[in-house]
Amino acid sequence: MLAKRIIPCLDVDKGRVVKGINFVNIRDAGDPVEAAFLYNKEGADELVFLDITASSDYRETMVEVVKKTAEVAFMPLTVGGGVRNLSDIERLLKAGADRVSINTAAVNRAKLVKDASLRFGSQCIVVAIDAKRHKAEDRDQKAGARKQNTDLDSGERWEVYIHGGRTPTGIDAVSWAKKMEDYGCGEILLTSMDRDGTKEGYDIELTRAIAEGLNIPVIASGGAGRMEHFYEALTSGKANSVLAASLFHFREMTIIEIKKYLSKKGVIVRL
Amino acid sequence: MITVIDYKMGNIHSVQKALEYVGFQVKVTNSYQEIVNSKGVVLPGVGAFRDAMRNIKELNIDKAIYKVIEEGKPFLGICLGLQLLFSKSYEEGEYQGLDIFKGKVVKFSKSVLIPHIGWNTVVINHQSDRIVSLFKDIPDNSFFYFVHSYFVKPDNENIIATTTNYDLNFTSTVVKDNIVAFQFHPEKSQDFGLKLLENYKNMFFNSL
Repeated sequence: MLAKRIIPCLDVDKGRVVKGINFVNIRDAGDPVEAAFLYNKEGADELVFLDITASSDYRETMVEVVKKTAEVAFMPLTVGGGVRNLSDIERLLKAGADRVSINTAAVNRAKLVKDASLRFGSQCIVVAIDAKRHKAEDRDQKAGARKQNTDLDSGERWEVYIHGGRTPTGIDAVSWAKKMEDYGCGEILLTSMDRDGTKEGYDIELTRAIAEGLNIPVIASGGAGRMEHFYEALTSGKANSVLAASLFHFREMTIIEIKKYLSKKGVIVRL
Repeated sequence: MITVIDYKMGNIHSVQKALEYVGFQVKVTNSYQEIVNSKGVVLPGVGAFRDAMRNIKELNIDKAIYKVIEEGKPFLGICLGLQLLFSKSYEEGEYQGLDIFKGKVVKFSKSVLIPHIGWNTVVINHQSDRIVSLFKDIPDNSFFYFVHSYFVKPDNENIIATTTNYDLNFTSTVVKDNIVAFQFHPEKSQDFGLKLLENYKNMFFNSL
């Protein structure tokens, strides 16, 4: 039976983990390779590296991080952040990434997702979506600024944001995810911007709205704070995997604790 | 010394590092001569079947693989490297494979999410000496890492060493004489994956 995956995410800036990692036995909390090694030992099912470096001058730095990680952690690695073209993807895959996630570049040029999945295979291409709940009153206020937008005109909606959550696009997250599936991407990494950092739980409605419309797996992200949150996302949210960052970094919960809890509740996990 | 064939299809670095970790000296190459001169060959690969076959033919690697297998040298296929050994794939069309094994490569049905991504259990099919040695110290039903949308259907069921359930029970390991091939990624499957590669080394390379 296929297990649900628990995925720690590491934010990396210029080759260093930004939030730091509070492992007891870590020598250098900012070293992504060391953090990856420890998560590997703790039974993480996969690792996500998110390169949040603003400048492209450091793009090679991330490739080096991936290369070194692949030498010590024999586990699946997904790398995202600043991926703009096919050669960025190729370099990361060659360095040892199993999958590459695309966010802003997919919105700017959707064909990149099509070209990349044809060239490297759908299973290599993840589309990351940062989505924010879009209320009716906001819509009315902003209507002038976004007249071109017909996506977000009725009911409960989530809007896709790019540039690390700074730029709204007017695109509806549910139809965007569907389009990305049609373009060949193999998985959606879905972050709720409303919940990110709140510890109030994943946005279950958002996750389910996206997952139900697709025939590819969805990783839920943003808002994990308690054990139940993982369970909810994997059951009512219909996510295939759950991702968290600070919760694991600051040792508020370990991966193994979460897996034991989920297993008791009847969720298939790899223990 | 073991040779990893680099035919421009994906994650060679991880395969190389995992093999080195279990004690192999690894040479990465696409040269016909180096492949046929090596003691054992690994065909890794992720990506599209059609592109893989095209690259293999362009680089004359198909002939090198036939020669290595015919001479009885150990041959290890991983993921796409398993699928390529079969007669035919139906990935986005219909493409001829290396035809070392009769059978076809087909897609999972729409009743499951595709790709099949993540950790799934590997069930040992029958207890031949070879399979027992390959899975030594690895419990039946252990989890290995998969990432694929297509799977192989061998005509000869005797070559099926393990199966895995997703949509249906599909072939996750093939063992025949000097050929071992996995649908999953041992190089990405943490401790059990490394153990499997170590067992593989002990089976085929200790006497060399």
